[in-house]
Amino acid sequence: MSSKRIVVIGGGPAGMQAALSLAAGGLKPVIVERAGELGGKLKEWHRLFPSMTEANEVLTRLTGEIAEAGVEVMLHTEVEGIALGEGGAHDGAPNGVVLAEGKKLPAGAVIVASGFDIFDARQKEEYGYHVYDNVFTTVDIERMLNGDKVALSDGTAPRRIAFVHCVGSRDEKVNQRHCSKVCCITAVKQAMELRERFPEAEIYSFYMDIRMFGPGYEELYQQAQQESHINFIRGRVSEASPTIDGRIQIKAEDTLVGRPLKMSVDMVVLAVGMKAAAGNEKLAASCDGLSLAPSGFLAPRDMFTGCVSSGAAGVFYAGTATAPKTIGECIAEGAMAAQRAAEYLKSGAKR
Amino acid sequence: MKRSSWKEYEKEIADDHYYYARSCIRQNFFPGSETTFLRIMREALGKDIYDDPRHTSCTGIGYHSDIVPLDTTMAVVARQFALMTEAGYENIAISCITSFGLYTEILETWHEFPETEARARENLFKATGREFRKPANIAHTSDIVFHNREVIAAQAVRKLVNAETGAPLNIVEHIGCHYAKIFPKSGIGGSEFPYVLAGMVEEWGGRVVDYPERRHCCGFGFRNYIVQANRGFSIANSRKKLESMAPYKPDMMVANCPGCAMFLDKWQYAIAEMENVTYGADGRGIPVLTYEEMAGLVLGYDPWDMGMQMHQVDTEQVLQKMGVRYDPAAKFLGRAGKFIGAPAAAAVNTFSGDRIYRIKT
Repeated sequence: MSSKRIVVIGGGPAGMQAALSLAAGGLKPVIVERAGELGGKLKEWHRLFPSMTEANEVLTRLTGEIAEAGVEVMLHTEVEGIALGEGGAHDGAPNGVVLAEGKKLPAGAVIVASGFDIFDARQKEEYGYHVYDNVFTTVDIERMLNGDKVALSDGTAPRRIAFVHCVGSRDEKVNQRHCSKVCCITAVKQAMELRERFPEAEIYSFYMDIRMFGPGYEELYQQAQQESHINFIRGRVSEASPTIDGRIQIKAEDTLVGRPLKMSVDMVVLAVGMKAAAGNEKLAASCDGLSLAPSGFLAPRDMFTGCVSSGAAGVFYAGTATAPKTIGECIAEGAMAAQRAAEYLKSGAKR
Repeated sequence: MKRSSWKEYEKEIADDHYYYARSCIRQNFFPGSETTFLRIMREALGKDIYDDPRHTSCTGIGYHSDIVPLDTTMAVVARQFALMTEAGYENIAISCITSFGLYTEILETWHEFPETEARARENLFKATGREFRKPANIAHTSDIVFHNREVIAAQAVRKLVNAETGAPLNIVEHIGCHYAKIFPKSGIGGSEFPYVLAGMVEEWGGRVVDYPERRHCCGFGFRNYIVQANRGFSIANSRKKLESMAPYKPDMMVANCPGCAMFLDKWQYAIAEMENVTYGADGRGIPVLTYEEMAGLVLGYDPWDMGMQMHQVDTEQVLQKMGVRYDPAAKFLGRAGKFIGAPAAAAVNTFSGDRIYRIKT
């Protein structure tokens, strides 16, 4: 029965939690996921800040509960837009989603949990990502940690490592003016993880501001300085260049001492930001009431009481479709969006 | 180095019929390079290019030194466009990097702020009675050589290789800051990894040297040099580049900016005098060529016809490596074989038996 079916677009943490909450409430969620398995980007992460919980632990719990609850999942399936027409839960409201080749999946409500894209560090050409072998992103490092193979391209251990914050965040030059929120704490976490693996290495972290907004974050940052001996330098790196011995020379200005700085390192790690998903524009264009924020993320109805609601009745948001968020925040929003969607179907309240 | 990213920054370059805008500095320090460019265009490539004696300085140096007001600069650039329009051309080929940057900047300004274009048109008309059309295509002359690099390679008499060993020459390429650092889309390869000279070097058999200070300014920087009190900044920046490239043992440098070619060449002499340091694998300095000279050598042109005797660092070491036949006795012979005078040997060119001219004594 389509009026009780709720389509959840995206099978990451927010989407999975939304589906679980809906199922617990007696509704019929269906997760539409374009990848071949559930998990979203959580699949690629190693440990989660600030508790250093294994990402796989969270992933396994969510996917296990999805299987246990018998939630319907459509993998390898792309959503083209919101479906409009007769048969929705309310007159004039969306009545499902449009899949590839115009096929329609009817539903009483839709939860958009389509996530974010990772900023392509190649756009910051000055840092030499995909130009120099030993320039990596924080995403690469997570994968390397997962495979237990953190090393330079020749397989050796780095002796000096530089993290660069705000790559693709707070940067008008690449049209990404927003703060991606989680990159600072990710870089701190990874610096500490690399310290565990390379006790003798010098590790530097170049930042504009350190934004430690969450519980336990500031404490982790202090720990990184005092126990892991990470050297934090306030200044943006201007460019990376190759040296004759295969290392990477970086230039920056240490703004606390007011002097330019140049050093050679073995490994550069770019803390890449969260970018609005490329599909947001098409989705927003498919339905009146959906709109984009200037950052390209989907704009919620309001920032406070309607943070999981869209401007269209029957369409709800969860997770990083609307802004950069932590895993915990995404899961919380998944549950909240499910509750709002259930209320919508039950009472007809258009929110 | 993986260079594939340069392809994301390509631009349209006109194929023929150019209006040539010369460079003030080059006409003084490398006059043979502009002549060589015209020769390559007409003889090797069969292109139509108009060398207009009426055009003037673009005022770029005065503009960047805060001596010439922007309105004046715009009126002067508008006059160049008017001369081009009157001559029946619409593709402008600009010899100087600073002029190229300035023309690009003015066209962008006119695009963003149309009232400034209207004012420039009005000022030009009041002053000269001239009107103009904006160029359909704007290219630096190195863009045009890059555009035709494969045609030149097909006519190559020799390659950028060591004639004895067959090994590619190690070549440092240096791009003028005003080429693409102001508007990355205006340059082949963008601002971080410009490919305009590297593309020529690779096409003609050489090997590009990637060194830490590759993107650093040559040190000219108008305020660095023209304000005499700042001149130390100029030579310090050149020295930083030379120190950075020296371990790679480059056979030569090639530049596409008049100021860069001049300063990277002539500051080597000053550094030799000041610090007794001479760069280059065998203490004879690192020759600095213009891209026209590099292309001319590939095409088999005579180095002295191209004005290569004007260099501070002697270029014979490159000629010898490439197997170029040249007449040493003809180096300082001008037209009709008239001796034009030879400079005293300088500390940077320490051939055995040379007389060393030292300014310190």
